Amino acid sequence: MNAIANIKTIAKRELSAYFTSPLAYVFIVIFLLLNGFFTFMVGGFFERGQASLTESFFTWHPWFYLFLVPAVGMRLWAEERRVGTLELLLTMPITSWQAITGKFLASWLFLALALALTFPLVITVNYLGRPDNGVILCGYIGSWLMAGAYLAVSCITSALTRSQVVSFIIAVVICLFLILAGFTPVIRLLSTWAGAGLVNVVAACSVITHFNNFEKGVLDSRDLIFFLSLIVFSLFATAVILRSHRAG
Amino acid sequence: MGMIQVDGLTKYFDAKRAVDGISFSVARGEVLGFLGPNGAGKSTTMRMITGFIPPSEGSVSVGGFDMVKNPIPAKRLIGYLPENAPAYTDMTVHGFLDFAAELRGLRGDAKKRAVHRAVEMCFLESVLHQSVETLSKGYRHRTCFAQAIIHDPDVLILDEPTDGLDPNQKYEVRNLIRRMGEKKAIIFSTHILEEVDAVCTRAIIIERGKIVANGTPSELRQKSELAGAVTLRVKGATSATVSTKLHQIPQARRVTVLEEKSDAVMVRVFPKINAADGELARAVGVAARDWQIEQLQIEEGRLDEVFRNLTMPDTKELTK
Repeated sequence: MNAIANIKTIAKRELSAYFTSPLAYVFIVIFLLLNGFFTFMVGGFFERGQASLTESFFTWHPWFYLFLVPAVGMRLWAEERRVGTLELLLTMPITSWQAITGKFLASWLFLALALALTFPLVITVNYLGRPDNGVILCGYIGSWLMAGAYLAVSCITSALTRSQVVSFIIAVVICLFLILAGFTPVIRLLSTWAGAGLVNVVAACSVITHFNNFEKGVLDSRDLIFFLSLIVFSLFATAVILRSHRAG
Repeated sequence: MGMIQVDGLTKYFDAKRAVDGISFSVARGEVLGFLGPNGAGKSTTMRMITGFIPPSEGSVSVGGFDMVKNPIPAKRLIGYLPENAPAYTDMTVHGFLDFAAELRGLRGDAKKRAVHRAVEMCFLESVLHQSVETLSKGYRHRTCFAQAIIHDPDVLILDEPTDGLDPNQKYEVRNLIRRMGEKKAIIFSTHILEEVDAVCTRAIIIERGKIVANGTPSELRQKSELAGAVTLRVKGATSATVSTKLHQIPQARRVTVLEEKSDAVMVRVFPKINAADGELARAVGVAARDWQIEQLQIEEGRLDEVFRNLTMPDTKELTK
């Protein structure tokens, strides 16, 4: 198929762009250091005495991604617009959908790689005890989907501006909202004056609510649909923004 | 019907009309020069032809495919060099051309051959494995040019292809355009009027989004006030006697004295608008029978003068 070949070509270029700049290595090192530090020092991996990664490892991911994923996504479109290569890309015989999908997939695969490099933790926990590896796998899937959702939001903000910094900041703010809407203290505060219905609606918009199920090993189609629809919607919004820029 | 067909092309940016009802067509074997002052709408027009921005009104078709309704086959036929020759700075020249070839649907051996051919035509061998970021402007420009011709397209759209090149590179690029123009339909924009003579089979001058002139370089030159004027240098005569005599020629519209020295005088006679070719020159020859003529020449007309006259409003405003 032509479309798939085009998406592959664009994704390949985008992925190699990460590794020709120091960004990829810096990102991976920081991500792994943060994971190690929080899992063992803050999360109390050993003190818990549980053969599980839920409380000590995955629980931090929404917060790590808050800063790390917008850093990965900020250059996607902002840089193309700044350098002018967008004009080159969009006058090639490809649809803008193929370009958007290819770029998104490349960044998402990059995040998958970073996530996969936390495998020593899985080995450790298996060495020390008998964890439910199904729950761990489910946690990884959830974590990757959540990263994808953040990334898709970063795609929107990256398409909005030529400046990577502006793109980063706006993406962080939006992602923060996606977290806070389901953050327990916020929900408690909200329920002091709002009805249970509203609280549930707000909480349902949060990545935390849906990620929690994955962490616990519950693979619910509703959570899957939440993340996937957030991704599709954001990519669609990116297409609309790119189109409106060109329309002038 | 031409390879490129542009009909009533119009583009608004908010309320401003950047391009205002432009129509023209370019056939295979034609090299169309696109002239105009900065901000006249050249780049915007080219961006609409290549499908980067949609037109507000009007239509573009390339090889019979409408750019708005059927963009993919239309874009397949086009090679495009955008203004400022953008390229992915994190890639090597080879990687970049490989990427462009793949997006053009070339694979395997065909891709290798295409990259090799483009590299050869644009003299990029020496920087093939260098990162685009480290290239000089000339090389970067040629890298982007190579990307435009990688699939040997039927249509080439080049936005200021010689901008930022040194004189030797300019010469090479012009030759390249002329050679390719024999089989392709090419549009290129430029500020450099000598390029029009060197490369174009036809030129369009646009000003404030409208076409103000469209013709071969020599047709455009005819629009010059200077075209067909006769300049002569006479020894041992005063300007008064010379101009009085020349004024009597029926085809002469105006006589100006260019230079007056004690021993010689240089004058220029401008023809009336509808004077036929060479008529004025013959008449001047008859009138000057008894003079000692040191120099006599028929002016061809100058493109820069035509350009200035047609796009004058801007400069007038500036000098006010």
